[in-house]
Amino acid sequence: MSVKKEFTKGLWEIVPPFRLVLGLCPTLAVTTSSENGMGMGLATTFVLVCSNLLVSLLRKVIPSKVRIAAYIVIIASFVVIVELMMQAYVFPLYQALGIFIPLIVVNCIILGRAEAFAGKNGPVVSIADGLGVGLGFTISLTILGAFREILGNGTIWGVNIFWEGFEPFTFMVRAPGAFVALGVMLALINLISLKLDQRKRRAQS
Amino acid sequence: MSLGDYLLFIISAILVNNILLAQFLGHCPFLGVSRRMDTATGMSMAVTFVMTMAGMITWLVQYYVLVPLDIEYLQTIAFILVIASLVQLVEIVMAKSLPALYRALGIFLPLITTNCAVLGVAIININKEHSFLDTLIFSFASALGYGLALVLFAGIRERYVLVKIPKVFEGTAIGLVTAGFLALAFSGFAGLASH
Repeated sequence: MSVKKEFTKGLWEIVPPFRLVLGLCPTLAVTTSSENGMGMGLATTFVLVCSNLLVSLLRKVIPSKVRIAAYIVIIASFVVIVELMMQAYVFPLYQALGIFIPLIVVNCIILGRAEAFAGKNGPVVSIADGLGVGLGFTISLTILGAFREILGNGTIWGVNIFWEGFEPFTFMVRAPGAFVALGVMLALINLISLKLDQRKRRAQS
Repeated sequence: MSLGDYLLFIISAILVNNILLAQFLGHCPFLGVSRRMDTATGMSMAVTFVMTMAGMITWLVQYYVLVPLDIEYLQTIAFILVIASLVQLVEIVMAKSLPALYRALGIFLPLITTNCAVLGVAIININKEHSFLDTLIFSFASALGYGLALVLFAGIRERYVLVKIPKVFEGTAIGLVTAGFLALAFSGFAGLASH
């Protein structure tokens, strides 16, 4: 088990929310623009790395019967830290993400990594795992946000990219567009991995 | 609020601002348990029960514990602990006193702790400064909306066995696209009540 392998697996092999279909609520709700998507991803990454580190350090102390409750308290403490920090330093983003910041507590990705990885492994690899999965999540959210922002608003990162008189496809930034955009992206990822598998099999034979 | 206002309030929570399709809360179980109708109804019942209870208890915790002690910043931790212990308690009480219902809901109860709709509704109640009665009605109506969307979605998804789906869309991908169309249908209710 190498640190590098644990880091890179979060970027493709188990990249959330596509391979690891968890944490869908923030994915769907905040990706109306690439900026919001990235902000949410970074906040989640911070909580994920810190909670992975603490869970891994305490893995021999926490009795296995109450581990889930203990993990939730650890995660909730870091979420409060993120919430207060964002309120103090990036207030517009804090307002844009709204209720979904406290809801990082119940983001299944974080609890899932604590249970599946950090509770069984040492602190260094746990940080690598948290960073990889968090970065994968951030990239996915930014791409999804950019996709919806370009089509739904005609802008990228707040900058207008279309000609004057362009009629934006408002459907994409509304609720139904979120589901359709994520569904289509998931299908694209499936298509890419299917092609990669076929190529690998052809190379072997 | 008059009776008419309450009616609008309930319609808004169930249809217009549907917690699943318009507010994006509670999606992990939404995609997880909606493959079959019986699991979808089981999940909706469990969510209705826990969401109403959690809404009331977190309201009491907020106004009788956190505000007097001036520790509102601990809201997130306090609420998630209340919900986790409530779910545990409901499970124990139900196993003893209502074994039939427990068997029906059994496996769904522990899943509810990480259902963000429950924590989400609790936080919305506090953010919108609902009174205790409002909280009770809003939590219950939101849970009904959740159940409605979940059961409708499961009904559509059960029919997938009859059609040929492209390989790359199988499973979650087609589920998400379907949910998009269901959300589109629900956005037709937007004129019924103003927010």
